[in-house]
Amino acid sequence: MKHFFILLVMSLPILGKAQPLHTDSLDLKKVPSVLLKDINGKEVNTALFGFDGPVVISFWATWCAPCKKELMAIHDLYEDWQTETGVNLVAVSIDDEKTKRDVITYVNGKAWDYTILLDPNGDFKRSMGVNNVPHTFLLDKNGNIVYTHNNYAPGDEEKLYEEIKKLSIE
Amino acid sequence: MRQETKKNCMKKSKSLALNKWGLILMTIFMGQFSWSQGNFTGNIESTFQYLNDDPVINALQPPSKGLVNSYMNVFYTNSGFKAGMRLESYLPRIQGYPNRFDGTGLGMRYAGYVNSKVDVTVGHFYEQFGNGLALRAYEDRALGYDNVLDGARIIFKPTKGIQLKAVYGKQRLSFEAGRVINSGGIVRGIDADIHLNETVKKLSTFPLDVLLGGSFVSKYQMDDDDQLILPENVGAYGGRINLKYKNFRMDGEYIQKEQDPSLDNGKIYNFGHAAVVNFGYSKKGIGFSLSAKSVDNMSYRSDRNKELQDVFINYLPALNKTHTYNLVATLYPYATQPLGEVAYQADFLYSLKKGSTLGGKYGTTLGINASTTYRPVQHTSGINPLDSSRVAYETHVFDKSDSLYWRDINVNITRRINKKLLLLVSYFNIVINNDIAKVSNDATGIISSHIGVVEASYKINSKHNIRVELQGMFVNKKDDGAINDKGNWATALVEYTVSPSYFVSFLNQYNYGNPDASKRVNYPNVTCGYIHESTRVMASYGRQRAGLFCVGGVCRFVPANNGLTLSFTQSF
Repeated sequence: MKHFFILLVMSLPILGKAQPLHTDSLDLKKVPSVLLKDINGKEVNTALFGFDGPVVISFWATWCAPCKKELMAIHDLYEDWQTETGVNLVAVSIDDEKTKRDVITYVNGKAWDYTILLDPNGDFKRSMGVNNVPHTFLLDKNGNIVYTHNNYAPGDEEKLYEEIKKLSIE
Repeated sequence: MRQETKKNCMKKSKSLALNKWGLILMTIFMGQFSWSQGNFTGNIESTFQYLNDDPVINALQPPSKGLVNSYMNVFYTNSGFKAGMRLESYLPRIQGYPNRFDGTGLGMRYAGYVNSKVDVTVGHFYEQFGNGLALRAYEDRALGYDNVLDGARIIFKPTKGIQLKAVYGKQRLSFEAGRVINSGGIVRGIDADIHLNETVKKLSTFPLDVLLGGSFVSKYQMDDDDQLILPENVGAYGGRINLKYKNFRMDGEYIQKEQDPSLDNGKIYNFGHAAVVNFGYSKKGIGFSLSAKSVDNMSYRSDRNKELQDVFINYLPALNKTHTYNLVATLYPYATQPLGEVAYQADFLYSLKKGSTLGGKYGTTLGINASTTYRPVQHTSGINPLDSSRVAYETHVFDKSDSLYWRDINVNITRRINKKLLLLVSYFNIVINNDIAKVSNDATGIISSHIGVVEASYKINSKHNIRVELQGMFVNKKDDGAINDKGNWATALVEYTVSPSYFVSFLNQYNYGNPDASKRVNYPNVTCGYIHESTRVMASYGRQRAGLFCVGGVCRFVPANNGLTLSFTQSF
């Protein structure tokens, strides 16, 4: 019993100050785990994309004009981005049942090479704290969120690429 | 200092390590230690309005002059543990929101546990079975729509490819004096999904991908009628299938609803149904899809006496494209008629190759979309709706009449002229039956409109961009030659952005064709904003015309207003 109390008392500082021991990841957030389906019907866990390099998560919808412009702009640069930095883009469509069927038509019609996930009831959108689309997140190779941006204006893709390059240099 | 504490601890712990209890406790505490981090996510949203009187557009200043809506979501996950909540505040609510939303308080809260086999939630949860035809609990902040379930949910995955769900709860109806008010009825349901290619090993390399599913939902509400014997338990059930073969895919779902006399259907004792079928073909550069939908007597609410958008258990998506251009999206939108409709849609998208004669150096995309909706046939011969069965008519799946509710044909071309200039040209022909799907108090019968839009985006340099939109809407005259609804409209928009942080835009809508000369007015509006990472601040000032604001085929009416709107959003 005595040992129990000693241990309990000794453990308190560890419990209380557990966070500072992990200084590297203290301020960094990870992506919450939500199970979504990709456009081929395969289940994907949002906490485990399984890519080696950095990952861009882009929330979009077929009815969102700036979202589509952003993904179109990146599409033209995507091949270069991938060869230079090993980045992968995961485009999460928040289209619900009304427009969900248009997603695959749109994505293939535009010849996009992104991983496309469907979030028809907004579960992932909610857990990522997304207020409105487009909303873009950049993850480092360990899955930490290192940059976010909630808008699209032409030129934003260049700022995003600068952030991606910072990761590949590290 | 911290380092020292840690060292001390380790030393002391070591001396205890021989004691077996010490070891066990160590394990527990070390377990908690790696446990203690957790992950917080969430967001904040606040919208403030200061409104003026503007008699020309029938806009009134609210008694409090200022209006504000605020929300904050906080979600916490730590290993398998999860918890979350949302605080809401309406002091008072902004214009167009349900008028019974008021006060500040907890709008949602839950706790739960997840591992690879089970996911248990107690409290509020959002959920969708299949296409949502039987059950969908969801929220749309912009609409003020929230039919979240309050109760318990369990998701179980016994083996690869199989998922079972069970839900039990009451639906959110309202938010009064800072408290959530639930609807009286209880909703419960089960749903199963099986992906054959994952579950059956032999099929893992089979080229045809098969997913089967089924759901059963039931609601309970006490019989509150003194004349009729109302069914207190009403079920809705059905199955679904998804097939994929190479570039082809097909899916369908059929849901039947039991006798559900309600305010919506005039307390008839008919069964109801909803069916959707989609067929698609797509490969790189080309996409094509065909969809069909049949709905009859499918308003399914956890309170049979409610109407409008209150406490729907299911979701009946409208089968048409969601448009984004101002005049197209907000003047004549269409939402599903839950009492019955038969609808079809075709969608086609094609990217012309870069470098080809037609495609140009930077490529061109062509999109064509068409959708129609009709009244279903209701056979009444030999049926007495007033007999003791109270069955009002007979109908069949996809039994359509010639009575048109909605039609939309639209074409869209996107072409990058050079590295700086992007051009988009669109044409829309929208026909809506205002007697059925009411969009305007000024119109009668069928409103038919032609809308043309030209949009150009010019990149001045790597950060600066200017975008211009010109839109024209031409409304057909009625048979007697009179102008229907509000007549013709023109809209112009200029937007200047400085990546990644600033934007300013000016929008003017001009109702130059209004049959009433005193209503031929301009609706100017200027908006500017600042964005830093996930923080967004926006201010807009001007006139906003009355209209239907729709998301995903669900609409709310927003009255005309004139004034200042400030909004702040932040994710974390």
